[in-house]
Amino acid sequence: MAEGIKDKVAIIGMGCTKFGELWDKSAEDLVVEAFKECIEDAGIDKKDINAAWFGVHFEEQSVGKGATSLSLTLKLPFIPVTRTENFCATGTEAFRGACYGVASGAYDIALAVGVEKLKDTGYGGLPGGPTLLGTKSALINPRLTAPGAFAMMATRYFAVYNLKPEEGKRMLAKVSVKSHYNGARNPRAHLRREVTEEQIINAPIIAWPLGLFDCCGVSDGAAAAIVTRADRAKKFRADPIFVKALQVALSSGEELMYTKWDGAHVETTYRAGILAYNEAGIKNPREEISMAEVHDCFSITEAVTMEDLQFSPRGRVKEDIESGRFNLHGAQPIQPDGGLKCFGHPIGASGLRMLYEMYKQLQGKAELPERQIKNPKLGLTHNLGGFPPMNIVSIAIVGL
Amino acid sequence: MVGIKFYGAYIPRYRLNHNTIFFAVGFLGTFPAPGENAVANYDEDALTMAVAAGVDCLRGLKREAVDGLYLATTSQPYMVRQNSALVATALDLPPTIKTADFVGSTKAGTTALLSALDTVKAGTANSILVCASDCRLCKPGSPQESLYGDGAASLLVGDDDVIATFEGSYSVSYDFPDRWKATGEKFEHVWEDRFIRDSGYSRFIPEAISGLLKKYNLNIKDFAKIAYPGLYAREHGAIGKQLGAAPNQLQDTLLNAVGDTGSAASLMMLVAALEDAKPGDKILVASFGNGADALFFQVTEKIKNVGERRAVKKHLATKKELASYEKYLAFRNLAPMDLGMRGEITLRTPMSALFRTRKEVLALCGSRCKKCGTPQYPYQRICVNPDCGAVDQMAEYRFSDKKGVIFTYTGDNLAASIDPPSIYGLVDFDGGGRYWFDFTDCDLDSIKVGMPVEMTFRRRYVDEPSGVHGYAWKATPIRA
Repeated sequence: MAEGIKDKVAIIGMGCTKFGELWDKSAEDLVVEAFKECIEDAGIDKKDINAAWFGVHFEEQSVGKGATSLSLTLKLPFIPVTRTENFCATGTEAFRGACYGVASGAYDIALAVGVEKLKDTGYGGLPGGPTLLGTKSALINPRLTAPGAFAMMATRYFAVYNLKPEEGKRMLAKVSVKSHYNGARNPRAHLRREVTEEQIINAPIIAWPLGLFDCCGVSDGAAAAIVTRADRAKKFRADPIFVKALQVALSSGEELMYTKWDGAHVETTYRAGILAYNEAGIKNPREEISMAEVHDCFSITEAVTMEDLQFSPRGRVKEDIESGRFNLHGAQPIQPDGGLKCFGHPIGASGLRMLYEMYKQLQGKAELPERQIKNPKLGLTHNLGGFPPMNIVSIAIVGL
Repeated sequence: MVGIKFYGAYIPRYRLNHNTIFFAVGFLGTFPAPGENAVANYDEDALTMAVAAGVDCLRGLKREAVDGLYLATTSQPYMVRQNSALVATALDLPPTIKTADFVGSTKAGTTALLSALDTVKAGTANSILVCASDCRLCKPGSPQESLYGDGAASLLVGDDDVIATFEGSYSVSYDFPDRWKATGEKFEHVWEDRFIRDSGYSRFIPEAISGLLKKYNLNIKDFAKIAYPGLYAREHGAIGKQLGAAPNQLQDTLLNAVGDTGSAASLMMLVAALEDAKPGDKILVASFGNGADALFFQVTEKIKNVGERRAVKKHLATKKELASYEKYLAFRNLAPMDLGMRGEITLRTPMSALFRTRKEVLALCGSRCKKCGTPQYPYQRICVNPDCGAVDQMAEYRFSDKKGVIFTYTGDNLAASIDPPSIYGLVDFDGGGRYWFDFTDCDLDSIKVGMPVEMTFRRRYVDEPSGVHGYAWKATPIRA
């Protein structure tokens, strides 16, 4: 059994831009903004950074391949910079690279930056051509979109748990009502308006059964983190946040090509969750995880993620959603910052944006008092990239 | 004896009522004859329908036994790249076969059949699949638009266990300029209808049939059914009368139910005649187009053993009316639909990759693990069964003829589609295997998790900059 990453690495600084349709800002502008806040927060000098990891997914929309755009933009002085790309786990992968870099002792201080400029495509939704999944997939796969791929999980969830479409849609609407409530209170969020269940249920269908408000926004944004070895962290600040677990799980093919998967959950989330809880020494995630930012690209994704992360018993997330367990001041707040739902999902930035919220909440520094969660101990972030039958999940657990 | 061993047909699901066309564009024409045309879905063309008819004909048969494929069509998507070879690949026929395209005339169907019969008779092949298929693009408002329909027929020719023996033929050929289309042109030109009717249709068919009767010393009364295209209803009857045939000897032309299916018309009528035939029946089939071929067959006892085929009857019985003419124009790309910028991103088809993956892409072949028996699509080298994981223990496995059930689905309004919402989902195959596919010929309201589906070969995209028509298999609710 490997030792794991628990308490070996600490976050000593973070930055996050406002997310949104930032027509006047380039990816490079966003990188600079996130970095400025991050390095000021860490209270270090740029020359203290030994290495950097740079997460961007749709590089063709913005910064191009490689990692030179980060080094050139920040004028990083000839240090190693590595570009990461792993679907929606891209930002968390940048963070993971930086953490492993310092944990190994190879570096003292490492930087992780994630950015995505999505709003230069000319159309709504994520960019994407037929070759997103490779040449052969382009020849044989249906022309999937993200809403369609996740809608299939909703169809399946409704069928497996015997929910009528109207029951299922109402359950999902409550997920989005909660996130919009949180997002409305967060100045960094893109969508800052509360919505009602009825508005959500009556909204135009994007991919049956998911309507407009079941889908997260599409936006531009960047976030950054500076990490160091845990034993050095207090030198930089009194309230560093410690990394408890970092796990990634990828589909083996059996969900898409073998007939055992039930289609109503995400196997990778479940598996990565188990690995992360083992790494962090968590026995009862429903009780021990104070709060989480999960990958709510769609309302159904958040719902099944609650079950896959063992926050809710299998097939029974509806009860927890209805009881308000996941509300901002519920027993286990989920998406306290508004989630992908209200931030949108600039792919490379999302994982780090989630960590930013956990970091600030753990430090008791959520901007507005009404946003602050009482005495959180452990925060979890979760990204799900790809589609339910074939995907990449990353989980990070951070705490005091 | 050389003859026909099996038959199949395909008629697309949609029908366009003559009135729908007339009320949209019938500004010059007279009120149309009652009836409807079968119209291909937006993802169908002559090749996909040829494959569908071939699938119907080969139902339950060993594909390896087929050693030739002749395709007849006047609406082939490719001028260069053999269309019959593509159809043969989609049907997963072995590469050790003869393939040939018979194109350029609506009599190509009977000519292909005749050539297949001759090839088998000559002993250079044992079994040839003949597919005739047409999906002709008509200029909006043209007379052809309400005349032409889309459809396909398929006949397996062989020299043993035939259901109908080939007894003889008679052909005439004229450079008859009734319709023509030069290389690179989109639509056919036609000369005056009365000229076609009086100088061609009413002459060549009787000439070929009379020639046949004389050559083989036959009496028209000997035939149970006489099948020839019915472009002109009145003249169709008149030809029969002139030949001395009783009205009940004339095979229904399908003109009001399907339309004129061009090179497929005569063979579709032949298939329909075979569906009702009994041992001993003599059937005469003739075509029309730059002359005419006349062939005659005698039905054998084996007709009783043909087995389940959808052929013409079952395809006629399952249909859906296309409510608007505009939808038809969109299907044919005659009213260019805005697919959004997302829809404008097309694949530049990597042809070398397509050739390498042809079995998976065009024939829907995957693999089946020899160790644990799990079928899997696409072809895997390492078994996907987590309890197996065998390496390089795979045998080829064809999914195109397997049925399945809908595991899950969606109707996607964001995905670019000519006919939104774009419906797709995951299919669990009977016997094992799961994958995701586009769905076609269905409506979002009518599909459910657990509903049985079958696979159908369709055009997936047209890569215009490369001039490539891309094909793949889609799932569809079981037609009949």
